[in-house]
Amino acid sequence: MNDVLVGIILATLGAGTPLVFAALGELITEKSGVLNLGVEGMMLVGAVCGFAVAADTGSLWLGVVTAMTAGAFMALLFGVLTLTFQANQVAAGLALTIFGVGLSAYIGLEYTSVALTGLQAVHIPLLSSMPLIGPTIFSLDPLMYLSFVLLAAISYFLYRSKAGLLLRAIGESPRSAHSIGYPVIRIRYLAVLFGGGMAGLGGAYLALVYTPLWVEGMTAGRGWISLALVVFATWRPARVILGAYLFGGVTILQLHVQGLGIDLPAQLLSSLPYIATIVVLVLISRDINTIRLNSPASIGKTFHPGA
Amino acid sequence: MTDGAGNPQIVTMRLELRNITKAYPAVIANDDVSLEVLPGEIHAVLGENGAGKSTLMKVIYGVTKADAGKILWNGKAVNIPNPAQARRLGIGMVFQHFSLFETLTVAENIALAVEEEFDLDALSTRIREVSERYGLPLDPRRLVHSLSVGERQRVEIVRCLLQEPQLLIMDEPTSVLTPQAVRKLFETLRRLADEDCSILYISHKLEEIRVLCHKATVMRGGKVTGEADPRQETVASLARMMIGRDLPVCEHPEFDGGGEPLLVIDGLSQKSDDPFGTDLKDIHLSVRSGEIFGIAGISGNGQKELLAALSGELPIDRANIAPITICGVAAGTLRADGRRDLGMAFVPEERLGRGAVPPMSLSDNALLTGHRTGMVRFGLIEDALARVFAERCVEDFDVRCAGVHATARSLSGGNLQKFIVGREILQNPRVLVVAQPTWGVDVGAAAAIRQALIDLRNAGVAIFVVSEELEELFEICDRIAVIADGRLSPVKRSSDTDMEEIGLWMSGMFPGGPAAEDVSHAV
Repeated sequence: MNDVLVGIILATLGAGTPLVFAALGELITEKSGVLNLGVEGMMLVGAVCGFAVAADTGSLWLGVVTAMTAGAFMALLFGVLTLTFQANQVAAGLALTIFGVGLSAYIGLEYTSVALTGLQAVHIPLLSSMPLIGPTIFSLDPLMYLSFVLLAAISYFLYRSKAGLLLRAIGESPRSAHSIGYPVIRIRYLAVLFGGGMAGLGGAYLALVYTPLWVEGMTAGRGWISLALVVFATWRPARVILGAYLFGGVTILQLHVQGLGIDLPAQLLSSLPYIATIVVLVLISRDINTIRLNSPASIGKTFHPGA
Repeated sequence: MTDGAGNPQIVTMRLELRNITKAYPAVIANDDVSLEVLPGEIHAVLGENGAGKSTLMKVIYGVTKADAGKILWNGKAVNIPNPAQARRLGIGMVFQHFSLFETLTVAENIALAVEEEFDLDALSTRIREVSERYGLPLDPRRLVHSLSVGERQRVEIVRCLLQEPQLLIMDEPTSVLTPQAVRKLFETLRRLADEDCSILYISHKLEEIRVLCHKATVMRGGKVTGEADPRQETVASLARMMIGRDLPVCEHPEFDGGGEPLLVIDGLSQKSDDPFGTDLKDIHLSVRSGEIFGIAGISGNGQKELLAALSGELPIDRANIAPITICGVAAGTLRADGRRDLGMAFVPEERLGRGAVPPMSLSDNALLTGHRTGMVRFGLIEDALARVFAERCVEDFDVRCAGVHATARSLSGGNLQKFIVGREILQNPRVLVVAQPTWGVDVGAAAAIRQALIDLRNAGVAIFVVSEELEELFEICDRIAVIADGRLSPVKRSSDTDMEEIGLWMSGMFPGGPAAEDVSHAV
């Protein structure tokens, strides 16, 4: 029984972690008032670049860094379009995803049959031998630990630091921020780049840890789910994480249910993670004041500093 | 009182502007403007809407870059590329259209503008100290979106004061303050001036400039048209310099007691949704045909809640139906459009975003409330009718704009307000509810709006005005009441009372008022 439970928890964490990275990155981007719909594309490009470098050099960590760089580079393209040339954010984001899907398929052609040993779990001495929590909390892979650290760091950044306060302020009213003298465009660039790096990291987790291999279109809509998570979690980091693991957990559970041969249509079961995640997040976030206070009011709108 | 004049040959100017020129695509906002401000001088910049005062201030504060000209700061030529640099030099600015973040607290808003270690608790303590010392009470933990216009201005002022500036720019600072608060602000400003801080003071209140300022620079159409020592001038002579003609005076025929009551509130009690809001407590009033009924009060004492209850924008609470009667019909269960159908028109406090949609044209904005005058037929908009309506509005109310296709946000505050008031008046309402009719509006436009309201009253309309400007209320109202902590004072004819009494009542000291109890809002 214990082993089954441990298995389910580990699988849940594994399925949720790519979403955690991508969604936290997008959260920061959106908090600055920029809506980047290119998460799916950035994840794919991150995944394939990370995988290719890891396969060629044998260094998984170099792969991880490459994935983040590639994601950030994609985000830079988006930033140049929307922030420098003031293009429409929705259109530019969709284009970025379409571009990323194509580009990753092209780069990945030679790597589709390559096998790789993924990042291994780190067993923390003593603690990892505790029952249940040992294998589920103290024997995880390094990127998963990194995701926990990131959650803490991002929460602290947003709600405790002046830089985070500024980010939230810009997302709410770039005009006011500009009139008291902050470089709105520059800060939005940083937020967009961070979002891209995190999406790349989410892709790397898929290709280097979760599977680990490269398959065309392997993100399978996780970029889109990350976007939905951010909105339905009303732009709050802890709720984003909750949503990510809920999604991961229901994904794993419905697989088990399908495996047990319970007489329910497979399509219904497969759609369960999406439904459950959105229903739960909507229910806990329906307070109108919470939404008003946490959503970046300027999201998706271009800002002209000169006007 | 020191006048700061000193000896100009020896004293270095705190600020000197030389030949500043700034052109926008359609208009030259500043045309070769020069200005000198001495240390410790309170220097007024006078001018009508569109005279270029705000642009000039933005140039000084580094928000806008001038096309040509020089800025000298304490005798040295400086380049002020952005507001952060301006603040570093020691220049603070209180904006007319506030630069605040609504979802952040007061302390967080202020933290963003001060360059010091990020410590909200320590900052909150300082905010409390400074705000109390200058008579601008402020709770640092409150969210800005829950503050009234007057309270938001306090945030802006305190934000500047915390930085101990050498030059303070104030854009229409007193338009939302009570007489007592204005007196306190003037004490503050004089104290700052005595401490050698210069003040650039933009206001349309000529009497205030006369009382407060050492020197005045008058602007018209982007140019400096004159300089004066306001203490030597009269209100009339200052007005002549500013608008080039005599000050318009409102004609206000004697009040005849009014006709039938058209707007009646009979015992309105309402809890506020906003945890920081004010609950309304048993409000009774009736506004008669042919009278202007004014509500005075310090901002944040229930005006917002009362107006929301009247306009019909709040969700209808079936358990506690608002006892409001409009033109003899119980209107508590009607929404905003239903109340307008009864003959009520409403001019909200916020012009952009509530009174008008900023990116939409004037003609489209006219349609927003004017559609019931036949601009929609079979569900389709009659564009031509909307345009004609908007054109009439622009013409009748002297709205200066590039035409009815101009967007609402391209108009200056005063012109947009004239347009919104005009739009409501042209629909021939029987009841008109107006909030802050002339907030931030210059002398000429304000007089025009007030006269329009009086004309409407003479035509038999019941007008309900909520304003934080006492002078305005006394100029136009037939009867006045005060709201304090959600309670309404007794109603008085304006001829039977004066500003001193109303001022006292505003702090809750009226029969049945909250003064004896703890009144946090009324200070």
